[in-house]
Amino acid sequence: MKFKLWGTRGSIASAGPDTVRYGGNTASVELRTSTGCVVILDAGSGIRTLGKELGSEQRIDILLSHLHMDHVQGLPFFGPLLDPEVEVHLWGPISTTHTLRERLSRYLSPPLFPIRVRELPNVVFHDVPPGEFSIDTLAITADLITHPGSTLGYRFAEDGSVLAYMPDHEPALGNPRFPGVSDWTSGYSLAKGADVLIHDAQYTEEEYSTRVGWGHTTFSQLGKYATMTEVSRLVTFHHDPAHSDDFLDEAHVALMSRADGYEVIAGKVGLEMSLLATD
Amino acid sequence: MQSQQPVEMILLRQAASYLTMPIWMMDEGGNLIFYNGPAEKLLGVRFDDAGPLHADQLAAMFKATNLDGEPIEDTAFPVVSALVDRKPSHREIRFCGLDGVWRDVHISAMPVEGQAGRFLGVFATFWESAG
Repeated sequence: MKFKLWGTRGSIASAGPDTVRYGGNTASVELRTSTGCVVILDAGSGIRTLGKELGSEQRIDILLSHLHMDHVQGLPFFGPLLDPEVEVHLWGPISTTHTLRERLSRYLSPPLFPIRVRELPNVVFHDVPPGEFSIDTLAITADLITHPGSTLGYRFAEDGSVLAYMPDHEPALGNPRFPGVSDWTSGYSLAKGADVLIHDAQYTEEEYSTRVGWGHTTFSQLGKYATMTEVSRLVTFHHDPAHSDDFLDEAHVALMSRADGYEVIAGKVGLEMSLLATD
Repeated sequence: MQSQQPVEMILLRQAASYLTMPIWMMDEGGNLIFYNGPAEKLLGVRFDDAGPLHADQLAAMFKATNLDGEPIEDTAFPVVSALVDRKPSHREIRFCGLDGVWRDVHISAMPVEGQAGRFLGVFATFWESAG
């Protein structure tokens, strides 16, 4: 499998001269299976440009980690969603009260948006409980992770390669001795031994001190988490809208200097990576 | 996948670690997976020393009677009742911690149900009776 980052920003799209290199669009990742099937992770504003680049796919799967606006706001601007020739499968976390379709309808309906869900020509909704399922050649594990509201992290396995995706995640919440014991750490099972972990890197330590419980991770916490989960490569993601390119460069230098047993890769828009099959 | 507690239980444990009333947590198999600092005073042993305990160890370790000192069935113990019946359970009992001290305690236990209807275990509070 291989992936490409189309939206890397957290919270709100933040286009401008200070966010050109890391990107201003919110979360969206293109994942391609070895057979060429398209699976898209989250539908932030980055999905709009991704949609323009897709070819003649007849089926596209979009996996939503959760339904906060920065992860769904690009959905109605994703061209294939309006194409009756394309079957779009929308997957998102299950709720005890409303279906995925009902929850997305709050956004995809007036007055917030002129097009209603029922007007979308060819969409299939999947409410995803914690557990395992598959799409094409991908074996997928979904599990709830620490973030306000029902939020899924995903683990994708194909031909012995593993990609873990946790774009919004606060594993240190309420844990003064973080990272502590692995089996009491959110997302550990998803990330354990992954070849690549794409993970929330929103805050500095100073910022986190006033934002505990908002659902995100500091660079320092992330480094410890990568060590605990024994991932090979760590891709930073969900950059704070207030963090400029230059600021993020410095933060990554510091993170790289502390990396213990894993490689840090700055999650910049356009980053592409292949996870090679292992024998 | 490697074993990991469900995030609902992780968050409950983190909340319990900040609360000042004694809290006891069991997983879906009846294994004791955590109790907090205030519960350590009632149970007479630190959790770090007792560690997670299998369900079959619990009955042997902790003795309980009714308030008249008569033995009670395991299923009359609220945490067991909540586990087996998957309904809230409350009872005042006489309880002997590992420090050998008998105490009268109110126990309120409730089953923990997570997303997608998953039964995850039991969350219980212990209140030492006044006087």
